[in-house]
Amino acid sequence: MKSAARPLEDPPTRPEFVRATLDARNVGEILRPLSHWERVTNIGAVRKLFILILLALAWQLYSARLDNPLMFPTFANTIAAFWTDVLSGELLARTFVSLKVLLMGYVAGVAVAAVLTTFAVSTRIGTDFLSTLTAMLNPLPAIALLPLALLWFGLGNPSMIFVLVHSVLWPLSLNTHSGFLAVSETLRMAGQNYGLRGIPYVLRILVPAAFPSILTGLKIGWAFAWRTLIAAELVFGVSSGSGGLGWYIFQNKNELEIARVFAGLFTVIIIGLLVESVVFRTIEVRTVRKWGMQR
Amino acid sequence: MSASAAAVRHLTTDDASLLHVDGVTLQYKTKEHLVTATYRVSFRVHRGDRFVLLGPSGCGKSTLLKGVGGFLRPAEGMIRLNGTPVDRPGPDRMMVFQEFDQLLPWKTVMQNVMFPMLASESYSRKVAAERALAAIDKVKLREFRDVYPHMLSGGMKQRVAIARAMAMEPEILLMDEPFAALDALTRRRMQEELLQLWAETRFTVLFVTHSIEEAIIVGNRILVLSPHPGQVKAELNSMPGHATAGDAAFLALRQRIHDMLFSEAVEEEAMPR
Repeated sequence: MKSAARPLEDPPTRPEFVRATLDARNVGEILRPLSHWERVTNIGAVRKLFILILLALAWQLYSARLDNPLMFPTFANTIAAFWTDVLSGELLARTFVSLKVLLMGYVAGVAVAAVLTTFAVSTRIGTDFLSTLTAMLNPLPAIALLPLALLWFGLGNPSMIFVLVHSVLWPLSLNTHSGFLAVSETLRMAGQNYGLRGIPYVLRILVPAAFPSILTGLKIGWAFAWRTLIAAELVFGVSSGSGGLGWYIFQNKNELEIARVFAGLFTVIIIGLLVESVVFRTIEVRTVRKWGMQR
Repeated sequence: MSASAAAVRHLTTDDASLLHVDGVTLQYKTKEHLVTATYRVSFRVHRGDRFVLLGPSGCGKSTLLKGVGGFLRPAEGMIRLNGTPVDRPGPDRMMVFQEFDQLLPWKTVMQNVMFPMLASESYSRKVAAERALAAIDKVKLREFRDVYPHMLSGGMKQRVAIARAMAMEPEILLMDEPFAALDALTRRRMQEELLQLWAETRFTVLFVTHSIEEAIIVGNRILVLSPHPGQVKAELNSMPGHATAGDAAFLALRQRIHDMLFSEAVEEEAMPR
């Protein structure tokens, strides 16, 4: 056993040889284009579309068998209701109201997060301030603050924006700050070497270097804000004159227009998908992927 | 002994030199300790010098370079560039680091080389572009100027970093083991290229390395440091002109430095702690 693991003799001396390599043309296939099928299945969107079609099919088959439009309308009925309300303009108007409020809250949240993280990265007390606040407020669901916001700001957009800011601010600050902390010492020193400090240093070195984390924070913040907004509209309905998507869902449920409830939910999902796969995807491809910071 | 003492006195009275490092003690804090990296180190760098800081790991040579870079304040002593005390990082002392991630990944090669010139507002955009192109040409990366750093090899990244530093035309170039992370073949080629660049533009460089061969090849003057804490052990002249690794003189110098550093290690091991 021992002798097998550790041979006492030297390995045998073998003859040397030098070979001429073959001409590459004789070796056979070196580079071959992929087949059409392989190319098509390599596109992520195609694979995802396939899954969506399967899901829609399952929905249609199950609901048709169930045959209870009050509890579970078919896929075809939902699409029909969706299409009618899109054509009448109602769904688009509701979506527009929701998106407008969302955008205001989102932008305000991002701005506050930018100030807070800049403060946190430049002073030690700022770091402590941010980490304490995030630890305290990040687990608090934004929607839980809505009653308080309504008390302070009244029924209207300001209360909505208040809860939206809350839902964007903490996840974004948390991600941005941890992104800043992860920037390599070499890159920091390189930036300082050019005489950069203060705000220009944060903007020109830290922000781009931490961009993958910031982007993740923006995505999470977006999802949180979208959820919070729909929930807030569902619970408290009309905030200013015309209601948003959440209100559309709530109203139709009261009128037992269940196909339209599904159409409303469908819209919420579609907008979520669009923002994720168009807006954030485009940003990702043009920044972190191009820079080789993310696959 | 007295001859070298006279030489030292001569140096201290000579004010024509570019960089004055006088009795510099550098300390930094870790979580638990205050570490003294160098103890009362003095040396002078003249214009056009290829000045090498050589020593084993733990001799504080990198810390010393950071001190000259302005990233670390001396606890004792003074660092002066052109007579002005160094108190903060600045583009007149461009650093080239060992790590490949010193390039900004969100900028192309060209933008990376231009960035310090624009960020420090020392050149207009047009002039910066011209200078960047010239520097990229010098390190033979013209066809890669619009490529992002993640698509370059390690050696190419280091060449970009050197081009970036040179384009700035700093008073002094600070190189912290710039070739240490490269494979042996690439390292040899980079050393040759650096010497060629020096022959063309005659910049001043302060070069940190732990390789005796590299010190002899790259430097014209070698400061040998002893470890824990770093102190000056000797200041030697390297080979005149181009050093060839096989030369008898090269081997002799290598052996001399080796003995200097090695005897220290033996003494330390023998000493009870």
